[in-house]
Amino acid sequence: MVVPLAFFAVFFAYPVAAIVGRGLRAGGHWQLGRIGGVLGDPSVRHVLWFTCWQAAASTALTLAVALPGAYVFARLDFPGKRVLRAVVTVPFVLPTVVAGSAFLALLGRGGLTDSLFGLRLDTSVWAILIAHVFFNYAVVVRTVGGLWAQLDPRQEEAARMLGAGRFAAFRRVVLPALGPSVAAAGVMVFLFTFTSFGVVQILGGPTRATLEVEIYRQTAEVFDLSTAAVLTILQFLAVVAILAVHAWTLRRRESALRLVDAAGTGHRPRGGERALLAGVLAVVAVLILLPLGVLAARSFDGPHGYGLDFYRSLGSAGDDSTFLVPPVEAVWNSLRYAAIAALIALLVGGLAAAALTRRAGRLMRGFDALLMLPLGTSAVTVGFGFLISLDKPPLDLRDSWLLVPLAQALVGVPFVVRVMLPVLRAVDQRLREAASVLGASPARVWREIDLPMAARAAGIAAGFAFAVSLGEFGATVFIARPDSPTLPVAVARLLGRAGEMNYGQAMALSTVLMVVCAACLLILEVPLSSSAATRTPAVPGTSPGGSGAAPASPAAPAREKALR
Amino acid sequence: MTSTIRRRAAGAIVLAAAAATVLAGCGSGGGSGSASGKPSKTVTLVSHDSFAASTSVLAQFTKETGYTVKVLRGGDAGAAVNQAILTKDDPRGDVFFGVDNTLLSRALDNGLFDSYTAKGLDKVAADVQLDAAKHRVTPIDSGDVCVNYDRAYFTSHHLAPPQTFADLVKPQYKNLLVTENVATSSPGLAFMLGSIATYGDQHWQTYWKQLKANGVKVVDSWEQAYDSDFSGSSAGRKAGGDRPLTVSYASSPPAEVVGVNPPPAQSPVGVSTGTCFRQIEFAGLLHGAKNPAGGKAFIDFMISRTFQQDMPLQMYVDPVVEGAKEPAVFTRYGAKIAHPTTLPPATIADRRDDWVKTWNSLVL
Repeated sequence: MVVPLAFFAVFFAYPVAAIVGRGLRAGGHWQLGRIGGVLGDPSVRHVLWFTCWQAAASTALTLAVALPGAYVFARLDFPGKRVLRAVVTVPFVLPTVVAGSAFLALLGRGGLTDSLFGLRLDTSVWAILIAHVFFNYAVVVRTVGGLWAQLDPRQEEAARMLGAGRFAAFRRVVLPALGPSVAAAGVMVFLFTFTSFGVVQILGGPTRATLEVEIYRQTAEVFDLSTAAVLTILQFLAVVAILAVHAWTLRRRESALRLVDAAGTGHRPRGGERALLAGVLAVVAVLILLPLGVLAARSFDGPHGYGLDFYRSLGSAGDDSTFLVPPVEAVWNSLRYAAIAALIALLVGGLAAAALTRRAGRLMRGFDALLMLPLGTSAVTVGFGFLISLDKPPLDLRDSWLLVPLAQALVGVPFVVRVMLPVLRAVDQRLREAASVLGASPARVWREIDLPMAARAAGIAAGFAFAVSLGEFGATVFIARPDSPTLPVAVARLLGRAGEMNYGQAMALSTVLMVVCAACLLILEVPLSSSAATRTPAVPGTSPGGSGAAPASPAAPAREKALR
Repeated sequence: MTSTIRRRAAGAIVLAAAAATVLAGCGSGGGSGSASGKPSKTVTLVSHDSFAASTSVLAQFTKETGYTVKVLRGGDAGAAVNQAILTKDDPRGDVFFGVDNTLLSRALDNGLFDSYTAKGLDKVAADVQLDAAKHRVTPIDSGDVCVNYDRAYFTSHHLAPPQTFADLVKPQYKNLLVTENVATSSPGLAFMLGSIATYGDQHWQTYWKQLKANGVKVVDSWEQAYDSDFSGSSAGRKAGGDRPLTVSYASSPPAEVVGVNPPPAQSPVGVSTGTCFRQIEFAGLLHGAKNPAGGKAFIDFMISRTFQQDMPLQMYVDPVVEGAKEPAVFTRYGAKIAHPTTLPPATIADRRDDWVKTWNSLVL
């Protein structure tokens, strides 16, 4: 509790307050009059309106497309499932500039939809919405699927045995159990699309801007810090409102669930599930694999036909220039930063999630919301804030390499909390009580009950935090770094230059980023899930082979009420 | 039990928030120019993400002066300048490189630099010395933002490529040009400034109305315009770009052929030489630098022939020092811009926001 709070106070609240404060104080006076001026500007109101509705539409569309995917990845066994699950997470970490251009190749002029159906979407809102689904598909598949895989399938079977139809069983048994994690995923997607930057810039054309784009413009281009500060506060308030709604829905739905080992819940598709699987695979192929394939294809499409020219030039270049980092070095930088960022995020987020599980009440919900705020804060605000606030001992970090993983961890923590919280909360309190009654020490209760349940969630959370850090671009680029560029920064640098070689190298580096990311996710998942399988809880009634199905317990909400 | 913990937590949040606001209010107050005892052997260069130099050239600087160069990069040119202004009371380095004539007044008005007359300044062309009276900044390179054309398109359509601003509004070039949003892209801004320099504050708006009527397309970034929409670049060709005219740099044609084997007779990209706006990049000694002696030595080095001749292939810009030789690929494929347009930095600083707003309402 203290650690996460201190972390957020020092590395988020303070820097952001510093830069916002700088904007609102000119010449020693608070310039609060600016707020009215900015809010009264019709173009700002237009930006706000567009930001809200596109985020709402993107979230709805993402949930609609990705929920069937969450089921398929959680419950069905099919060959190549693990690899595919790692691959669908790749878009999430790709630099938006790169992914956006791949999308244009599909949806734009002369693209696939154009040549097949004469349909061009490059300047329509549909392009933004579809690209948002592409980027956030994994958020839903992983947050919802992570829990879904651990729900005891026998509860559903029991309901069906008692005469409920397939749909009724889903609605009455599965949906309430998944509610909190669907809501959590929805909120995350909403936050990401609400603060969308690159996608909107590339696919939306110059007339469409989100608040985030406007904050960047005011800070980095116009240097009107007071307008940027007002917009930052506005974005803050919007995010807080979203989180309040989220907390409210969460409170109404949460319940303790019977969790089992994920390894035992999958089954081969049968009947209608085969069609569902085929449908999901088709969506994944068109929506995710195809754009990624376009990128990879471009990286091989060299000056002399298809080949490894760009990769070879990546390897040989950089000998005598400070511009092009040897790709091996950029990969190493990225991995190192991401590993440290993931560790920090796991520590801070894990402690926060544990604290949130143990206690309840209005204040804790406030704390919960606080942890999500970095997702709703502009990267340029955080980056510039770091620069002006962490400049004096004992916190003189401006010239430290640690600044980059710290900024990245800030974005990773909310993921860790979101992924771990539903799982930790879902652990039936009676299990812990039963274990204590049977003589287990608190430490043993934690080890035997919470830890095995949490291990898988921690694995997913770590994978997410790692992936987020690997792809994080915004805050990293706005921190003037001692020069050790990460992969996304190196890609952006190459893309900023004319010439076939630079473009080809950017594509090759992006492909390297994709492969590294997918490989890391695979490695992170495999050992953790197998270790979870060998460490099934030892308390009677919780092992997969334990007693029969019981309805989901309403213990948790009762507990919350009792404490209030 | 929980209530005490909760209360303590509440206290912590309130305290943290309060501390944050107070500290933010104080901002970066004192603590400038803490001269340490022993002279440092490191020169820190603060720049934008496009800064590049040969490692061997930087090694030569170390050999000549004993100083090693540490480079700090952060974001694009605008972001880097703004970062430098935000940290001016406690600068992060000794030399800042990368402020151009469109941003120069912002940096100078904020007192970012100390005066220093670099050794060898007499060999720098007079027309790029925009702070000649005070020498707070030293010109390092220049480059021209110009309309680029797709050579193949104009050859196959038996059409002469446009050469001037006036050409671009002619009917034969309808729906051919893609440019950048002036609010989010520096070449976009430069192109607008070029039109203002050509038509004056009175008539540039009329020009843009004509350009819009002639089907100009606007995208948000140079990357988007050049790599996706423009049909002349190799990336744009692969992406199916369908606009044979775009706003880019006079150095794009050589950039397109670097690394291409065997070298082609011509670059696939040509330059409309009458549409150019000159950008000049400067370096300056940061006020409060920890190692001013090293900083001065590095500025001297930046206008030495060694560094100047290294720049073109590293940053795709032109040297500003007389007698600095350009690489063969520049002389062979590049375009010489005899009469680029330009505007005084102070005018840009004063009028920029108004112009951008007007442009927005006219074109978007």
